[in-house]
Amino acid sequence: MIERDVLERVLAGAVRGGADFAEVYAEDKRSTSAGLDDGRVEQVTSGRDRGAGVRVVAGETTGFAYTSDLSEPGLAAAAATAAKQGGGGVRTVALTPSAPHRPNTVQQDPDTIAKAMKVELLQRMNDAARSHGPEIVQVSAGYGDSRKQVLVANTDGVLTDDEVVRTLLRVSAVADGDTGMQTGYQSMGHTIGFEVFDTVDVEELAREAARQAITKLRARPAPSGTMPVVIEHGTGGVLFHEACGHGLEADHIHKGASVYAGKVGQQVASPLVTLVDDGTMPGEWGTLGFDDEGHVTQRNVLIEDGVLTDYMWDYLRARKDGRPQSGNGRRQSYQHLPMVRMTNTFVLDGPDDPADIVSSTPHGVYVAKLGGGSVNTASGDFVFGMTEAYLIENGEITEPLRDGNLIGNGPKVLADIDMLGDDFAMGSPGTCGKDGQGVPVGDGQPTLRVKSLTVGGTSS
Amino acid sequence: MSAFESELQAVADRVVEQARPGEQVEAFVARGGETEVRVYQGDVEHFVSAQSEGIGIRVIHEGRTGFAYAGTLEESAIAEVLAEARDNVQFGTVDEWAALAEPDGVPVTEQELWNERLAEYPTDDKIDLAKQLEKLASGTDPRVRVDDANYADAHGESAVASTTGIRMSGRENGCYVSVSTLADEGEGDDAETQTGFGFSVGRSPDEFDLDRAAREAVDRATRLLGATQPPSKRLTVVLDPFVTAQFLGVVSSTLNGEAVVKGRSLFRDRVGEEVASPLVTLVDDPTNPLAYTATDVDGEGLAARRNVLIDGGVLRQFVHNSYSARRAGTVSTGNATRGGFAGTPGVGCLALSLVPGTRSQEELIADVDDGLLVQQMQGLHSGVNPVSGDFSTGAAGLLIENGTVGAPVREVTIASTLQRMLLDIVEVGGDIDWLPMRSAGMSLVIRDVTMSGS
Repeated sequence: MIERDVLERVLAGAVRGGADFAEVYAEDKRSTSAGLDDGRVEQVTSGRDRGAGVRVVAGETTGFAYTSDLSEPGLAAAAATAAKQGGGGVRTVALTPSAPHRPNTVQQDPDTIAKAMKVELLQRMNDAARSHGPEIVQVSAGYGDSRKQVLVANTDGVLTDDEVVRTLLRVSAVADGDTGMQTGYQSMGHTIGFEVFDTVDVEELAREAARQAITKLRARPAPSGTMPVVIEHGTGGVLFHEACGHGLEADHIHKGASVYAGKVGQQVASPLVTLVDDGTMPGEWGTLGFDDEGHVTQRNVLIEDGVLTDYMWDYLRARKDGRPQSGNGRRQSYQHLPMVRMTNTFVLDGPDDPADIVSSTPHGVYVAKLGGGSVNTASGDFVFGMTEAYLIENGEITEPLRDGNLIGNGPKVLADIDMLGDDFAMGSPGTCGKDGQGVPVGDGQPTLRVKSLTVGGTSS
Repeated sequence: MSAFESELQAVADRVVEQARPGEQVEAFVARGGETEVRVYQGDVEHFVSAQSEGIGIRVIHEGRTGFAYAGTLEESAIAEVLAEARDNVQFGTVDEWAALAEPDGVPVTEQELWNERLAEYPTDDKIDLAKQLEKLASGTDPRVRVDDANYADAHGESAVASTTGIRMSGRENGCYVSVSTLADEGEGDDAETQTGFGFSVGRSPDEFDLDRAAREAVDRATRLLGATQPPSKRLTVVLDPFVTAQFLGVVSSTLNGEAVVKGRSLFRDRVGEEVASPLVTLVDDPTNPLAYTATDVDGEGLAARRNVLIDGGVLRQFVHNSYSARRAGTVSTGNATRGGFAGTPGVGCLALSLVPGTRSQEELIADVDDGLLVQQMQGLHSGVNPVSGDFSTGAAGLLIENGTVGAPVREVTIASTLQRMLLDIVEVGGDIDWLPMRSAGMSLVIRDVTMSGS
């Protein structure tokens, strides 16, 4: 995308005023998306995003500018804006290319696939969802793919080159009945190419969304109050993402804005819980070869048998603490500053048979599908939505429940996990929002039980 | 956008001139810049300054639509975007209603959305504003720390042109300051931290009220210290203006013409019926210069206008862009939204507000025997289903007993349904506040809401 000698000159120029670090992050992204709604393919969209962000760090201060002009003068102008002006020393920068790190093998670059084939997936999902039952009155479906080339170079000599391919499919269905309308939603996303559809059953995805909507037509209001909650495998990773993931990001730790600050080595969760953030899992939604600061991604154990082992780190926070980065420096695009972010965050298997978890719960709520969530890292209070849930009565799953939020406090909920299944599964692709930036993340977990959570329904 | 003959208009015009017979072509061209300063403990933590530009082109041919965009205005890239949009046409389904907006003769209400003073405001003074705000917020209460203090501004100009005769360009700018606070109390296992925020928005920094932003950030964080989880019960909620604005944002999605024509709105068959308390008159009015999102044209280049959606509790109409209006057999209400050059116009409210009542929040609270003053809602995106109407969000705030504000509570949810909440509105406050979002806020009293706790 940019010649090495150009990068070296731009970086040297950026620190000429006395700054101690400079970085160029450049991307060239081509994307295709298609949307179907109300039985029609509404439109196919092609996109091109190309540009570079230049970051210059002097002491505790970061300057940042971006440009869509990738020529040497364009980059130099961005560097001058990002750099604090001033006289000073001269420094040369010599870049050493990193060895390639490609956790994902892309067999069919989506760029080489006819658009008609992409659109056909949507029509198949529409047909499958509608034919699932006469209650289905509306279906919308979306397809998206992208291929992003990323280049990162910095004054520490780092030079990485990476390519990230993404393929995404989503479907939502509306069912109508005597009690009004209900919705169902399913999605799948992977960091590989079009070959993903050799194994994913797109009709099944659509039928699942339709089934969810139809099931909820007979749902009763969710209960109100505190009770045991069982969360189905592969759907509740967002619980950990919110209950402790964000609180383990080193930027929150440094500012004393996390309930987990100062707790390394302490018991912060039930001994059943081992929590990992792993950016190298082949094909997963949060997987990258290098993070967005050019640091190779890795597998980081954050909580082991309930004991807090480490936080997640980006360049700035690691530098401040004089320790290695953990491959968690990420950004939405070249127009954004990197910060500490999760990749794929998940809890490892526990000892319990998932069937026993339900049968040993006399009364509670079974969550089969979670929606999004959010957390206040300083107080630890977090919420997450349930979009398919059932009542548990006498150890059995019974009536479906209407949508609602659950609320809990991170450290308390982690301590209250009293059963953990042996049926680990990864969940659906997610977009994690922080400080106005969204990045793709994955999550996963086995079936588990929290012995006490507050369910936000209306039924006493 | 304020009317302004932008050089971008020529770029849009040149694309439209290339339309082939039978083709409808629309080009939307935008250019903008932003400054963002974050201050922490007296120093600049980061400083962002950048420009971006791009173009989106929509082509409709024989009822099929294609779209493409690029984040650059290089001539070769623009040609590629037009070619891609044309190529994409063949994959769309024929839609008898697919067409671009046409001029409808509604006059534009001119707005003053460009401020020269902001455009010329020195960078060092922007940094000083963030530093001042940090100082104000950290100096008043020993329990309060500042997480970050920010100054941000943005400016943009855009132009749209189409083969159907739309030709419009404009520009606008705006700025805000914000501060996030942390309040600490207790030690060891009893240690507790609560958070607050405050902000001030303006067309220029001269309009900022830093004292108020700092005071609100301190109050929001300290008021919740010592909060506990109360037992579940049904009660009356008083929503703070900021929370009301978020609530109205959810309500607006049910009044969206696109959701209506596609059968996804729970109010789709209810025009002319009573859907809310008689106290509710809901108006979308982007021509009100007080609105943060005031504008003179919508995303398709039609004049923005005042629309009464609910009048005295009776549903009068939905908001539409030209496509949803054509399908509904009506005309556009000037409610096309556009998130930038990378997308096609959607439908949405532009500047929504309830017609305010007359009383202050204190007066409203004085009439509540058993209630909750809701200061924060959490999880609007995860626990509210605007299609079914199920409403459940996390909440924090202060209990109300016999007309007086009492103990702080946390880790609760409040739940009802959107349909019931609109009917259960007991009073609309007079304390209207235009917030940096598409809705205004004021205190709002809603009865019979379930609070879930221990």
